[in-house]
Amino acid sequence: MNDISAPMGVQEAFDQALKQGRFLVQQCDGCHRHVYFPRELCPHCGHGSLQAVEPCGRGTVHAVTTVRRKPADGGDFNVSLIDLEEGVRMMSRVEGVTPDQVVIGMKVTARVADGIVLFDAVEAQ
Amino acid sequence: MDKSMRGKAAIVGAATFGCGEAPGFTDMELLARAARMAVEDAGLTMADIDGLCTASASATMWAMPVIEYLGIRPTYVDGTMIGGSSFIAHLLPAMRALEAGQCSAVLVCYGSAQRSAKFGRREIVASRRFLDPQPYEMPYQPMLPPSAYALAASRHMYEFGTTREQLAHVAVAARAWAAKNPEAFVRDPLSVDDVLSARMISDPLSVRDCCLVTDGGGAYVLVSAERARDMPNKPVYVLGNGTAIYNRQISCMPELTTTAAFTSGQQAYAMAGMGPDQVDVVQLYDAFTINTILFLEDLGFCKKGEGGPFVASGAIAPGGDLPVNTNGGGLSCVHPGMYGIFATIEAVRQLRGDCGERQLGGLETALVHGNGGTLSSQSTAILGLESTL
Ligand SMILES: [Zn+2]
Repeated sequence: MNDISAPMGVQEAFDQALKQGRFLVQQCDGCHRHVYFPRELCPHCGHGSLQAVEPCGRGTVHAVTTVRRKPADGGDFNVSLIDLEEGVRMMSRVEGVTPDQVVIGMKVTARVADGIVLFDAVEAQ
Repeated sequence: MDKSMRGKAAIVGAATFGCGEAPGFTDMELLARAARMAVEDAGLTMADIDGLCTASASATMWAMPVIEYLGIRPTYVDGTMIGGSSFIAHLLPAMRALEAGQCSAVLVCYGSAQRSAKFGRREIVASRRFLDPQPYEMPYQPMLPPSAYALAASRHMYEFGTTREQLAHVAVAARAWAAKNPEAFVRDPLSVDDVLSARMISDPLSVRDCCLVTDGGGAYVLVSAERARDMPNKPVYVLGNGTAIYNRQISCMPELTTTAAFTSGQQAYAMAGMGPDQVDVVQLYDAFTINTILFLEDLGFCKKGEGGPFVASGAIAPGGDLPVNTNGGGLSCVHPGMYGIFATIEAVRQLRGDCGERQLGGLETALVHGNGGTLSSQSTAILGLESTL
């Protein structure tokens, strides 16, 4: 998807994948590190060739906040930074639990809903 | 870091205008009033100004209307816009321009009617979604900027055991300083309990952990050290300046608990040939209470992770060992969108001895630190009186 003859940039390509329910990150052909958000070059080594790869979907909550919102507007909600097992971090929301139950270190798993990546808490083993 | 620029320029004029509420004024009018007063304070006229540094949070080509409005013909223009740290980051390039003879008197100026403007914050937030998109954060509706700082605070609490009470001490210290400053917008007493029980914005930050939204203009004038000696005010020399950026978005910050202030501070200290133990007073950009803790750590005033106990000890409040934000800071004095220039002006006023009830004694050096974006850009300057040259 980083072929210079490709008809679109990586942002549009990743958006289209999301709309089809697929969550992708990138992996650099130069240094083999994973990259998120999608870029036209590797921010680690500058290489211009990156592959779109499906992450395993497992992650850990790295930082957390509860955004306060009036009940009439939908109430409080979670915003988290999630570290994926592939070594990249992203902003998202952990759902299925109340915002105050989302804590740093919590294991979460990714899913795509309405064209964005969300996370659910992994059930206690 | 090039030490040859150490002390080669000095701030010789400074002014603020309309800090707090200035209904009926535009951004440009606030800037122009402050600019004229700063130039006058320097013993100069607008005709002497041949260098301009300015930035706006809304107008991308802001230097042009400012030049037009002030009626100046600068041979040096810096419109670098990296958020609230811009007006500190403008220093070193301006020093080089002065040293090279490209200009002889640089005006650094800012104005914002953010509190009173009819085109309000809601509209600005909406337009930024298109003008400055962050497509990998925006879908999750973080309340920016507060949520970004809240995320960093959550991580600091997790890694180091920092508490909301410790964060609250930053706001309480700022308010205690503001009580001594007639220009401060909010001066009534504030307790730790007041901060903790205030309306939550984005956990762990309550509204009292967040800076004010005010109007205000600020300006200062920079000339060569040689010229500064013949001017009416006690020159405030620029001993060091460094600027660093690691990221724009909080989700891309390499480590949430170490900001680029670590790098900008190292650069500024290296240029000044000084360390934090030689700094007499600190003015830093306290957009949120966590900022003060992060920057005190990153700039070496306490160890990483010890910022919470440090501020809770009373060290940064009036009477403490390390006076921080003696005007009341962005939390209690003034915060019209971007604060960096006001931190600089307070450092100049303290070094010149212009601070009335809050004036500190025996000052020779000051550290000024600006932050921009969401813990994104960081610029550090070290200022000093003639005795430090
Ligand atoms: Zn690479």
